Amino acid sequence: MDKLNRKKAPAIEDAVAFHLKLDTPLIYKLSNATPVYAMHGGAQEVVKIEWVFNAGNWYEDKNLIAASTNFLLKNGTKNKTALAISEAIEYYGASVSRSCYNETATITLHCLSKHVAILLPLIASLINEAVFPEDEINIYRKMQLQRLSVNLRKCDFVANRLIDAVLYGEAHPYGITSNAAAYEALSREELNAFYHQFYTHGFCKIFAAGHLPDNLDALLEAHFGSLPMNAKPLPDRAHNIIPNMVKKHHIINDENGVQGAIRIGRSFPGRKHPDYVKSLVLNNIFGGYFGSRLMSNIREDKGYTYGIYSYIQPYQQQSAWMISTEAGRDVCAATIEEIYKEMNLLCAAPPDEDELYLVRNYMMGSLLGDLDGPFQQITRWKNYILNDLPEGYFEESIATVKNISGEELLALAREYFQQKDFYEIQVI
Amino acid sequence: MIHFNRFVLDNGLRVLVHEDFSTPLAVVNVMYDVGARDENPDRTGFAHLFEHLMFGGSINIPDYDEPLQKAGGENNAYTTNDLTNYYCQLPVQNIETAFWLESDRMLSLAFGKKSLDVQRKVVCEEFKEHYLNKPYGNAWHHLRSLAYTTHPYQWLTIGKELKHVEEASLDDVKQFFFKHYRPINAILVVSGPVKTDDIKRLADKWFGPIAMGEKYIRNLTAEPLQTAARKKDIDSNVPLDAFYRCYPIAGRLDRGYYLSDLLTDIMGSGASSRLFQKLVKEQQIFAGIDCYHFGSIDPGLLAIEGKLVKGISLDEAAAAVEHEIEELLTNGIQPQELEKIKNKTESVIAFEDVALMSRTNSLAFYELLGDAALMNEELSRYQSITADELLAYGKQIFKKEHSNTLFYHAVN
Repeated sequence: MDKLNRKKAPAIEDAVAFHLKLDTPLIYKLSNATPVYAMHGGAQEVVKIEWVFNAGNWYEDKNLIAASTNFLLKNGTKNKTALAISEAIEYYGASVSRSCYNETATITLHCLSKHVAILLPLIASLINEAVFPEDEINIYRKMQLQRLSVNLRKCDFVANRLIDAVLYGEAHPYGITSNAAAYEALSREELNAFYHQFYTHGFCKIFAAGHLPDNLDALLEAHFGSLPMNAKPLPDRAHNIIPNMVKKHHIINDENGVQGAIRIGRSFPGRKHPDYVKSLVLNNIFGGYFGSRLMSNIREDKGYTYGIYSYIQPYQQQSAWMISTEAGRDVCAATIEEIYKEMNLLCAAPPDEDELYLVRNYMMGSLLGDLDGPFQQITRWKNYILNDLPEGYFEESIATVKNISGEELLALAREYFQQKDFYEIQVI
Repeated sequence: MIHFNRFVLDNGLRVLVHEDFSTPLAVVNVMYDVGARDENPDRTGFAHLFEHLMFGGSINIPDYDEPLQKAGGENNAYTTNDLTNYYCQLPVQNIETAFWLESDRMLSLAFGKKSLDVQRKVVCEEFKEHYLNKPYGNAWHHLRSLAYTTHPYQWLTIGKELKHVEEASLDDVKQFFFKHYRPINAILVVSGPVKTDDIKRLADKWFGPIAMGEKYIRNLTAEPLQTAARKKDIDSNVPLDAFYRCYPIAGRLDRGYYLSDLLTDIMGSGASSRLFQKLVKEQQIFAGIDCYHFGSIDPGLLAIEGKLVKGISLDEAAAAVEHEIEELLTNGIQPQELEKIKNKTESVIAFEDVALMSRTNSLAFYELLGDAALMNEELSRYQSITADELLAYGKQIFKKEHSNTLFYHAVN
């Protein structure tokens, strides 16, 4: 009775034709000039509030100070021990996480909407009253050293460090790596000094999303509006990128390893460069999604790996175009060869209309997902604001995805996919 | 409260629709009632390998991913010891593409040799990446076979050994497909800005014509009650000794499951939990410690694991963990502590329900458990739990003779 023609695909609406709209958050400033970006929405009564400081390792004078300060914010304040802080947060089923990046460092609160008011004073105390107890620093140091010793046995961890170090130089904030000596050298005075300069008296932006309480502005003003943030200018820090002289680094980290971690990368201009958005389209074709050329060839045709991706790692000063995979030890060389082969193919001929059509639609569908709900929307806004991207960037990006031609992609590939420009790391 | 409508096609396919008009996206989720527990002990890892083959082309459509990506969609799948789940998300305008693709691969796969050859290799690389080439990556391989003597939870979804995956044949694939991947053994959940009537029409059109198949009757031998402690020592080239301990707990539908879940939180969830505070912060015996369970449908395991601070022996670490368990069983749970973990549960459930995809997956899972409406009763189940009940259950599970211990010795 099956009269369906199952060989024929149902008609689809081109995702390219969709009108995508990024909602605008409510934007205001607290009386100490702290900007707040608030995106209200969602059926569940939950919120995520993020405090973003210019306190990444870009601003540290010594390795690991920024990351350690950020980690230990929760481990003791003037009036509360680390345990008391954790209990106060966890009692409400909330979580407070912190992360340190190259330029920024964050504190993030996830909680039920009904608990926002009661948890905000605690967050304020982390920004204004953290004391970095000596015993907490000691435990942290010990634990991190042990964790590092385990991570250094993993080929992917070692390869990730190495590619950054060769691309930017080991003294640059993007290329610097954690090591035992730096943990040993951490001192309470240095953490305190960094904290006072870059948190208590630092630069902060607040991003809130979810089912926000009606009086969120008043709550934020009451708890954060009179903190001494955003007053003194940020120090000027310049860091020179000193790439490694040697392009190829193959190392054995584990004699018995059954896989190799491969990282291939080159430097690439940042988000504001006119090639950036176009390159995202080229990147998708190359290795940016499951149907990409790298994945189709190296996983789906050859079975050399469980997964292979390329991506543009967008830091503020400079970014990098990277290819990353873990491949069977005996097929690492073949995998690397195929990666360059795929680059060369993109330099030889433009992608055909069918492939381009697919990638455009895929990217538009994916964007639609990225805009779904307040948490997703605020993440996009945060990205635009922290990177100081111009108004209209979103619309321009969409126009690029819709309109970029095969010839433009060919020109881009020829510009950026030259094997001689790439660093090549293989860690077994 | 997650609303849904439910109907059953003539061929036994259960269909659930979750209407949500706040999003432009639709999610189409197909869950099959088959997991690693349904495998032949000599062909382990097969359910998972099979999941890979589901992307290798179906009877009328040579490639699954491409048409979906053209329609602006994305997809993925996962296999557990209990089930296999496939899901895709796409702009709702193009939802019929998902029906076309999913129904064709339920109708029949293409059973291409090339796909099997390649995916065997891919899965072997996955095996290496996650289990062989990572420090401590094989710990649960040892623990499962220690804790389960009889039940097929004794192996990981990736399989017992690479050889099983390497030896899978096309005949095995066909047999597995027609035994398990039939409408009668599947659940379809569709969510997004859709109307149930429209989904009914699409489901009838695309899935309706597929032959029902035979209901798979699971007939697994239950794991016998453990009567003596078990322990295994292994040496490995890792930097730190590691301690693993697990205890059998009740199955997913039993009240004991909810009690285990809360006991897990009390012992090891968050920086204020007992094990972390006492053994990592105060006594500095462990460099990190976790307490968790697997949420498995059949009777599962509650696990405690941690890497040791250098200079501490595994025996000392085991004694310290036992001391904390003893402390719990002797002095019980404080009201504040119970309140804390209930608040946490409320929060976790609320956050889980934020994403459309997650709500859709959950509906399919609860339907597989027997009734999707269970999803909306979870919170009240947790809220009805008392400290006395928790303590009584703790006394039942944390018995020396029920323990399974793995000492993972670092040798350099």
